[in-house]
Amino acid sequence: MECLFGFEGNGFVVVVADTSANQSIVVQKTTEDKITCLDSHKLLGCIGESGDRVQFSNFIQKNLNLYQFRNGIPLTTLAAASFTRCELATALRKAPYQVNIMMAGFDKRTGPSLYYLDYIATLQKLEKGALGFGAYFILSIMDKYYKKNMNLEQALQLVDKCIWEVGTRMVASPAGYIIKIVDKDGARLLERRGRPAEEHGDPME
Amino acid sequence: MSITSYNGSALIAMVGKDCFAIASDRRLGVNFQTIACDFQRIFKIHDTLYIGLSGLATDVQTMHQRLQFRHKLYQLREERNMRPETFASLVSAILYEKRFGPYFCEPIIAGLNEDGTPFICTTDLIGAKQLSKDFVVSGTASESLYGACESMYKPDLGPDELFEVISQALLSSVDRDCISGWGGIVHVVTPGQVVTKTLKGRMD
Repeated sequence: MECLFGFEGNGFVVVVADTSANQSIVVQKTTEDKITCLDSHKLLGCIGESGDRVQFSNFIQKNLNLYQFRNGIPLTTLAAASFTRCELATALRKAPYQVNIMMAGFDKRTGPSLYYLDYIATLQKLEKGALGFGAYFILSIMDKYYKKNMNLEQALQLVDKCIWEVGTRMVASPAGYIIKIVDKDGARLLERRGRPAEEHGDPME
Repeated sequence: MSITSYNGSALIAMVGKDCFAIASDRRLGVNFQTIACDFQRIFKIHDTLYIGLSGLATDVQTMHQRLQFRHKLYQLREERNMRPETFASLVSAILYEKRFGPYFCEPIIAGLNEDGTPFICTTDLIGAKQLSKDFVVSGTASESLYGACESMYKPDLGPDELFEVISQALLSSVDRDCISGWGGIVHVVTPGQVVTKTLKGRMD
């Protein structure tokens, strides 16, 4: 029951993923990091089949690094997303990667951007998006509460609302989440968070 | 759900007097969940040639990349743009290459010949070309689209009237299909210019 979501704010993109690694009914790990920093200004949130998730995100990270070593400059977010889409599309009719991806990046010229890339290689630039079972709840919360050009504080409040909704309404919801941000200063970890406890109350009020 | 109705789509191309119009809906969905309302289905190949691709979104994007690549190579080698009939044959050949593992998309091709006469055609997912004198439709809403176009279409419409007719046909048809719609985009192409307009429809 994974979930991955992200949205654009004022000069930044926030990407949130759950931190559970499960195998059938067993919770193997609750501190899994599913958002890879591809380079200084890009994030790749990746959920799905565990082997594919780790291997594919590392594969993309190494290839983007290779491009930067060879050419001296990093790829733009759109170019990186296109490259990733092509890898998924080529593998689709041979040995598909069962991973769903949200790619976020900050380019000097075009600013922040967020890309949705599902396992059958459908690429779409979005302002807000969600993947996994959590998406069924998160998309509706974001439809109601998301505004353009939110500052970081408002963005984190929206993240709170989304996490709370998934925790309340989804069966077997994840125990923890990891929140990463990418802005002009780079891609970095913002915080790791557990599921809000009962006493924290309803952030909707 | 069938694979061609996984993402949802609706496309029309219509012939007018020395012009053509090509229109599509803008929804990108995954079964019944809507992901985006600005998905691009119509692509410009050159100034007077457009292709609209309906069906599975990943194959729409792959086909577009392959066709753009082939046309750019053609431009480099021949130092001119492809004629619409030639392009339609290229699309048909590329689709038939994958006869036993096809791309799940059904293109409509619309262009202006060198003498300014409009050309439209459609193919199925394995490249069976079908030329038409009046309109072609494609997508999950195709049955509705056929009915709407048949009743609203008149030959030899000017660009403005053609825009009205194609917009009304598109909007009324996607309202009857739950997995297409969420707005529309129309390109009306005459020999001198292209006018692109977005349509505001029911967002549901």
